[in-house]
Amino acid sequence: MFNWIHLTIPPAPAMFAQLLVGLINGSFYAMLSLGLAVIFGMLNIINFTHGAQYMLGAFCAWFLLNALGIGYWPALIVAPIVVGIFGMAMERVFLRWIYKLDHVYGLLLTFGLALIIEGLFRQQYGSSGQPYTIPTELQGAHNLGFMFLPNYRAWVIVASLAVCCGTWFAIERTRLGAYLRAATENPVLVQAFGINVPRMITLTYGAGVGLAALAGVMAAPIYQVSPLMGTNIINIVFAVVVIGGMGSIVGAVVSGFTLGLIEGMTKVFYPEASSTVIFVIMALVLLVKPAGFFGRAR
Amino acid sequence: MRVFGFFVLSLVTALFGTPLFGTAEAQTAKDTVKIGVLADMSGLYADLGGPGSVASVQMAVADFGGTVNGKKIEVVSADHQNKPDVGSAIARQWFDENGVDMITDLTTSSVALAVQEVARAKNKLIIVSGAASSDLTGKACAPTALHWTYNTVALANGTGAAVVKAGGDTWFFITADYAFGHALERDTTAVVTGNGGKVLGSVKAPLNTSDFSSYLLQAQSSKAKVIGLANAGGDTINSIKQAAEFGIVAGGQKLAGLLVFLSDIHSLGLQTAQGLQLTESFYWDQNDETRAWSKRFFDKTQREPTMNQAGVYGATIAYLNAVKATNSLDAPTVIKKMKETSINDFMTKNGKIGEDGMVIRDMYLFEVKKPSDSKGPWDYYKQISVIPGAQAYKRPNGNECPLVKG
Repeated sequence: MFNWIHLTIPPAPAMFAQLLVGLINGSFYAMLSLGLAVIFGMLNIINFTHGAQYMLGAFCAWFLLNALGIGYWPALIVAPIVVGIFGMAMERVFLRWIYKLDHVYGLLLTFGLALIIEGLFRQQYGSSGQPYTIPTELQGAHNLGFMFLPNYRAWVIVASLAVCCGTWFAIERTRLGAYLRAATENPVLVQAFGINVPRMITLTYGAGVGLAALAGVMAAPIYQVSPLMGTNIINIVFAVVVIGGMGSIVGAVVSGFTLGLIEGMTKVFYPEASSTVIFVIMALVLLVKPAGFFGRAR
Repeated sequence: MRVFGFFVLSLVTALFGTPLFGTAEAQTAKDTVKIGVLADMSGLYADLGGPGSVASVQMAVADFGGTVNGKKIEVVSADHQNKPDVGSAIARQWFDENGVDMITDLTTSSVALAVQEVARAKNKLIIVSGAASSDLTGKACAPTALHWTYNTVALANGTGAAVVKAGGDTWFFITADYAFGHALERDTTAVVTGNGGKVLGSVKAPLNTSDFSSYLLQAQSSKAKVIGLANAGGDTINSIKQAAEFGIVAGGQKLAGLLVFLSDIHSLGLQTAQGLQLTESFYWDQNDETRAWSKRFFDKTQREPTMNQAGVYGATIAYLNAVKATNSLDAPTVIKKMKETSINDFMTKNGKIGEDGMVIRDMYLFEVKKPSDSKGPWDYYKQISVIPGAQAYKRPNGNECPLVKG
């Protein structure tokens, strides 16, 4: 009766391998939801363009390699800056006008922008995607005994943990982060102290977008650099952020990694559900704790 | 007062608007022949059909002369987004309200099966080119539906048989979890076991998965000699790309891409795809005729055609020829004429449509070239062998289609 669940538990080595794979996916979810959490927490904008900005980061890396010969390592710095500047321009032109309005307007506006950006790229490049090779230093794999771990995927876990910790530190422990958090709570008072709040908001949006683009550059060698890559991942990332608590950075990172692991386990026991398990969890969390695990009720 | 005004307005529109549109539509339906291209225009299958298929059908209509039996030929198109409910809603509206006479392309087997049911209920003609499931001319066969370019049986008899005979006798499948993947896995399993091989297991991945690492690990630990990829488009591209990362081929296992299109190889690059064997019914560089037609397609779209896009051209021309010969748009009449006529164009030589609606045509086994052997973009395949139609489309377990006698 239950033959649709693989009730035979795989041997321990295979389980570790699947957990590791889940952790790798979790790294991408964590990095992307980090950007979203920063933008929502600091700016109160539900940034649906995040997926498109992730895609822009990957395309930027591909373009840098193919048109300008700039490789992966410089692209890790250049692409987030380029896409971040584009994000800041977007904020100045579009988002600035809707801060005082309901969240829904931000959602609609950014969703529309995402559709336009993705449509333009799909028109130009088709939907199958472009090849982007793994940088030579990270090619190959290490035999860990229970699996072959590709070096590049190990790098993804390490880098994403570093980025997440670095961002958390910058926001929670530095003076700049303190200004930012204060500006979110009471912009008028902070501005009275002489701090240029609008510029800080623009820079913060740019930083959140830059994080998305960084995730895109890191995804380029292993997923297809395709105009659809943003749409494929954005729904999951939103579910992750909702589960972790909109606006909580720690929540976004922890739930990103955890849900990556849960998705990985689902792929072992009942793979057909792997694309829906995160949403099932989101529904349950919303029923029990609507603000998310780490969120504060607003 | 305003509410009353709205009420009156809507009542008036309902009473007078509908018949007005109705008669206008009825008049246009008699004056024009409409062909609908229903495809995935924006998703993971967009490059193997999509806007390219629309361009192909437009070329066919232009080459035919733009009119048939004194009526103008119109081409409409829509995006079914790989969703059967969206596809069948569009098909229903096209047949009922917009006077569409024939629907083609229909990439994605789940959508094609759904639209085929709509066509059966309304006794309208469809020619499936992009979808693969052999059930379309098997247990779900319909009297007014044709399956033009290829199906899962031909793929199994092509790539599946070739790989088994070359020594790949244990298989593990990574299958797209919907109608197409299931059909392809089933038909390939029949060929593998028929040739003395064994299937060690399979895993079903949701459609449009971007990360196959978990499934590839499961395939790796099964120790099967061959990992059969029963998926297509973006899924196949991701599987092959990530298999290279995990050292699957380097570790001694072979990848069998059971449905691979030229657009997939273009996306993967020859470095990753070299050596892959695949079965298709068309390649742009096979002979002078294919090269000439493909050059016209390239000038229009800046891409070389896939077998699906070449197929819709041939299907449209054959359909218009039958409409001209019978001077009718009635689906059963046109189908009867098409089934009596053999197909000869740049892509098909002596193709015949069987009772079940499948076009029996020769298939070709190709191998992807090494980067050093390729002279430039799109020069990707070398032809290994020809699989004659009767052999390619032979079903190992017989055909359940009620239209087939015996």
